[in-house]
Amino acid sequence: MLSAIPPGSAVASGSDTLKILIADDSDSDRLILQAMLRKQGHEVVTAVDGMDAVERFRAERPQIVLLDALMPRMDGREAARRIKALAGEALVPIIFLTSLSDAEELADCLAAGGDDFLSKPYNRIIIEAKINAFNRMRMMHATVQAQRDHIRERNEQLLLEQKTARRVFENVAHRGCLEAGNIRYLMSPLSIFNGDVLFACPKPSGGMHIFLGDFTGHGLPAAIGAMPLAEIFYGMTSKGFPIADVLREINQKLKRILPTGMFCCGAMIDMNLQLQEVEVWNGGLPAGYLIRTDGSRVRLVSDHLPLGVLPAERFSPECVRYTLLRDERVLFCSDGILEATNGNEEMFGEARLLEVLDNCDSPDKVFDELTLAVRRFTGSVESRDDISLVEVAMVPEKMLDVHQSVISTGLTGPSDWRCAYELRDETLSTFNPLPLLLHICMEAPGLRLCSGQIYTILAEMFSNALEHGILRLSSTLKGSASGFSRYYEERERRLKQVGNHFIRFELEHISQENGGRLLIACEDSGPGFDYTHQEECPQASAPYGGRGIMLLRQLCDSVVYCGSGNRIEAAFEWSFQQRSMGKH
Amino acid sequence: MAITTQRSTDGRTLTINIDGRFDFSSHQAFREAYETGENAVAEYLVDMRDTTYLDSSALGMLLLLRDYAGGDSARIRILNCNGDVRRILAISNFEQLFDIH
Repeated sequence: MLSAIPPGSAVASGSDTLKILIADDSDSDRLILQAMLRKQGHEVVTAVDGMDAVERFRAERPQIVLLDALMPRMDGREAARRIKALAGEALVPIIFLTSLSDAEELADCLAAGGDDFLSKPYNRIIIEAKINAFNRMRMMHATVQAQRDHIRERNEQLLLEQKTARRVFENVAHRGCLEAGNIRYLMSPLSIFNGDVLFACPKPSGGMHIFLGDFTGHGLPAAIGAMPLAEIFYGMTSKGFPIADVLREINQKLKRILPTGMFCCGAMIDMNLQLQEVEVWNGGLPAGYLIRTDGSRVRLVSDHLPLGVLPAERFSPECVRYTLLRDERVLFCSDGILEATNGNEEMFGEARLLEVLDNCDSPDKVFDELTLAVRRFTGSVESRDDISLVEVAMVPEKMLDVHQSVISTGLTGPSDWRCAYELRDETLSTFNPLPLLLHICMEAPGLRLCSGQIYTILAEMFSNALEHGILRLSSTLKGSASGFSRYYEERERRLKQVGNHFIRFELEHISQENGGRLLIACEDSGPGFDYTHQEECPQASAPYGGRGIMLLRQLCDSVVYCGSGNRIEAAFEWSFQQRSMGKH
Repeated sequence: MAITTQRSTDGRTLTINIDGRFDFSSHQAFREAYETGENAVAEYLVDMRDTTYLDSSALGMLLLLRDYAGGDSARIRILNCNGDVRRILAISNFEQLFDIH
């Protein structure tokens, strides 16, 4: 709570009785003045020369000082200088007592720190009026200082609170795998208080999700909104939920908890390193760029409203999908870069950004050249702290050393079990069973160490069963760029018409010494295919995709087709010594 | 920044003019402009002829106006946007929620 500023606390001597120092070497003048001030109710301290005045000031701390200009040992000007120095930040009005009339000498008194003159001989009414006026000034000064001190104190407290809040925030909204070798970013350490967030999280299937967001508003409200966003992003991504589900959940949550008028502009990137694909969703961020090695680029424009604006039923998590070659990359920034200003109040703007991209001869230099250009542009102007920039490059998965946080389960949980899970009819097109199936498997103590491999196995089996087994799509379509998008269009179209079909998973786990054995069978209601040829020639025109089945064979200890080719069985053996990706 | 309003003679249309930067500092004035305390207003016109800049809190304020004016049934037209203003409205895809000219 902000307490009210204490009314004039540092101004305790606000009453009309003041302690006043008079320094004058003339006994008679001093006595006359002393008598006048006492009569007006003030307490008077006296000194006989400049040096004495400084000593008396030090000992008595009077509130107003009256100094004769000409005194032996130390004159009034020097005494004034020393008294002002001793007074420090407090305003101690110094009034020169003088019979001088030379303008330059009078000016010299003021230059030494004097505030006014009082001419001899003294006039009682003028003295009283001047003392009162200077007292008012003194009290005003004290009040301003007390308020300044109070503000400074509150500000220190606020900074301390922000620091604590930031620590809490960083624990919830940690930076995930932002340190992975294919990600580069620029974020101010205080970015969260500007409303900017950047998260990256490895997916159990390999690859990663990246989220760059910009909340409306600043300070604590933005930080508070970012907390649930981070929890959903990390929680759902690490459980294997696809990008669309994560976005839908974030939108729904923000819509519910944020007041109208507050929302989050954001872009989310799904990097699939195995398939060399990227999916991008942009709602309200400036256009990002996909930068190709051949020098071309794709503008990734915002085609959605920001997160937290639309109700769930009108929200669209639809992404745009691209294939990426090695070293090609996706770049996003928040509006901080475009609005970075130079000394002439010009903004950096998209035109300058494009100029940097145009003049850059290699994708891996874009990040450095862009940050350099922005810095050069803003020049000595203190750059605002809200420049947020992220770049994600397509690299072979094995080049990354992404640490999956493995939460120790204490090794309790079901280790010998069996279950079957069957999806039917429309559910096939609307529900993604992978997070649930992965969750069941991860309950087996120790198996979490292999979550990545398990997810990939489940995902490959499921998409094989759905896309090839039931929808009868041919993966040869995916061979060309145009076929690639046609494949997914066709998939969407056929999914809408799917009926009277099922996909059944059977999972069985058996514990073994120092590990276990997971058996996964996946059966679909499609007609199957002649798998005898496939065994000999994996790249033949079999309806099953080449890449998927090869991946399965790499990951599993055995993979066999059964029945009419509509059932596939895989065995995965694991031990507590962590397995490396790809068994040979 | 100055916000002024005009009512049509029949009182059914409220025009809000925003002069200069439309950002967080306009919050109070903008709210006072549309919270007329009566429900005779059927249509709101936000005239951006003299608006030089728009930030994300201004987008938030437009959403607040939309809520006040009835949410999905609100009749709000945003008029005379310059290039920069239009760009910001487009990035956020506000044309899905507002009638922008």
